[in-house]
Amino acid sequence: MDLEYFFQLFLGGLTRGSIYALIALGYTMVYGIIQLINFAHGEIYMIGAFTGLIVSSVLTMVGMPIPAVVILAAMAAIIYSCSYGYTMEKIAYKPLRKAPRLSALISAIGMSLFLQNYVLLAQTSDFLPFPSLIPDFDFWEPYAHIITSPELVIIMTTVVVMILLTFLIKFTKIGKAMRATSQDKMMAALLGINVDKVISVTFIVGSATAAIGGILIASHIGQINFYMGFIAGIKAFVAAVLGGIGSIPGAVLGALVLGWTESFFAGYISSDYEDVFAFLFLVLILIFRPSGILGRSETQKV
Amino acid sequence: MLKIRNIDAFYGNIHALKNISMDIEKGEIISLIGANGAGKSTTLMTICGVVPARGGEITFEGTAINNMATDKIVALGINQVPEGRHIFPYLTVMENLDMGAFLRSDARGIKQDMDYIFTLFPRLAERRNQAGGTLSGGEQQMLAISRAIMTRPRLLLLDEPSLGLAPIVTRQIFEIIKKINQENKTTIFLVEQNANLALHISDRGYVMETGSITMTDTGRNLLANEDVKKAYLGI
Repeated sequence: MDLEYFFQLFLGGLTRGSIYALIALGYTMVYGIIQLINFAHGEIYMIGAFTGLIVSSVLTMVGMPIPAVVILAAMAAIIYSCSYGYTMEKIAYKPLRKAPRLSALISAIGMSLFLQNYVLLAQTSDFLPFPSLIPDFDFWEPYAHIITSPELVIIMTTVVVMILLTFLIKFTKIGKAMRATSQDKMMAALLGINVDKVISVTFIVGSATAAIGGILIASHIGQINFYMGFIAGIKAFVAAVLGGIGSIPGAVLGALVLGWTESFFAGYISSDYEDVFAFLFLVLILIFRPSGILGRSETQKV
Repeated sequence: MLKIRNIDAFYGNIHALKNISMDIEKGEIISLIGANGAGKSTTLMTICGVVPARGGEITFEGTAINNMATDKIVALGINQVPEGRHIFPYLTVMENLDMGAFLRSDARGIKQDMDYIFTLFPRLAERRNQAGGTLSGGEQQMLAISRAIMTRPRLLLLDEPSLGLAPIVTRQIFEIIKKINQENKTTIFLVEQNANLALHISDRGYVMETGSITMTDTGRNLLANEDVKKAYLGI
């Protein structure tokens, strides 16, 4: 067995998994707090990529240096995606909070279609080239045949985002309030927590990580279109379910497992069938662990 | 302190509270007794804005609260330990207490209250890093009351604090309730099925039947009342 090839596939899978993880976090956090599969989450990621493209094109045109372009474009994408995520919750989900869960789910699908078509009309249906924002670093040259600089940046960014998010959720007041709200909304309110605000923050945090994912992958793949959120959204959703929906470490683990599954099957068997293998693997895991790898079983002490 | 005037409340089509009026004065322990399904818990939930009140008015220290959001009502100084305790099962004991202090920002006072709680309930100190859901029923009740103490309430609503507890633990809990009332000057509104225990520590009591208040008197008089004895004290 060729070890170097194995490592390439391993790191390729890690890169893919990192992107899936950034998107899967939004699914799992929103599900954790309001038990809704937010089908429009992939669109938030797509909007992040589009904003990144528009802002970086404009800034490059006026002759800004690359690092400044990257940072400003990323910030703009995050702010823009967050405001979409926030507004989406207020318009499409909040009025349905007491309605049957299916209503909110249908509202989410509607939101997804609306945002796709909105970008289709406002922008274009064509694939747009996305500039490679992450340059090839000179110091990384000797290792570039194993993993390229952009891939390295993707993995490192994901690691940093995960660390920040873990800190936020575990140790800050709002993070604890998010966990409390997800476990018992009525009790959270009875302790003075503004549940609506906590839910808004959850949507904003999830949208921010999706926007970061959107920019990273667009810059890595080199082209975007209005439909890109759909398949990425489905994959990230699979990752979140695989890991155990509602669990944040689960989403990351599920995303990495999915990334590696795709990468190894594509590398050793056939790249034509990588999606088939990914979903086959999902089915297998769910047969043996219905609530996902790190999911909590439904039994609860009353 | 708390005035309830002619309140009605509904669960779907069920008329759960019918024209309820009550008064709670500062520093008192008041208990509300009645059979299962009489509307006792609904009364507490209506005060906290979880169940909407229809008609009438609820005022807390002069502020009308019957149309306010729950978290705003809590911010005024009302706290509830709901029936079934509602411990956050996946938060640790410490984190559960932190959530009690959510509206506070006085780090020193929070620390003091936490130390006070750990001397009150050494068991909680031992288990401070354990998830709330892994505690026994009695420990969870201690945690629920401690979490309420952390909010520094001026009015504390307690729903069935003795439910499912061993008699010795129940006695301990009631000692603590009296202590909170005396030491912290916290007004206490107690809902209990164990009418005997509740009325013994109460200044006054209300008796509730199928959504209406049928009787009110001092705790001592209610304990001596023949109807109350027959219906709720099992004598």
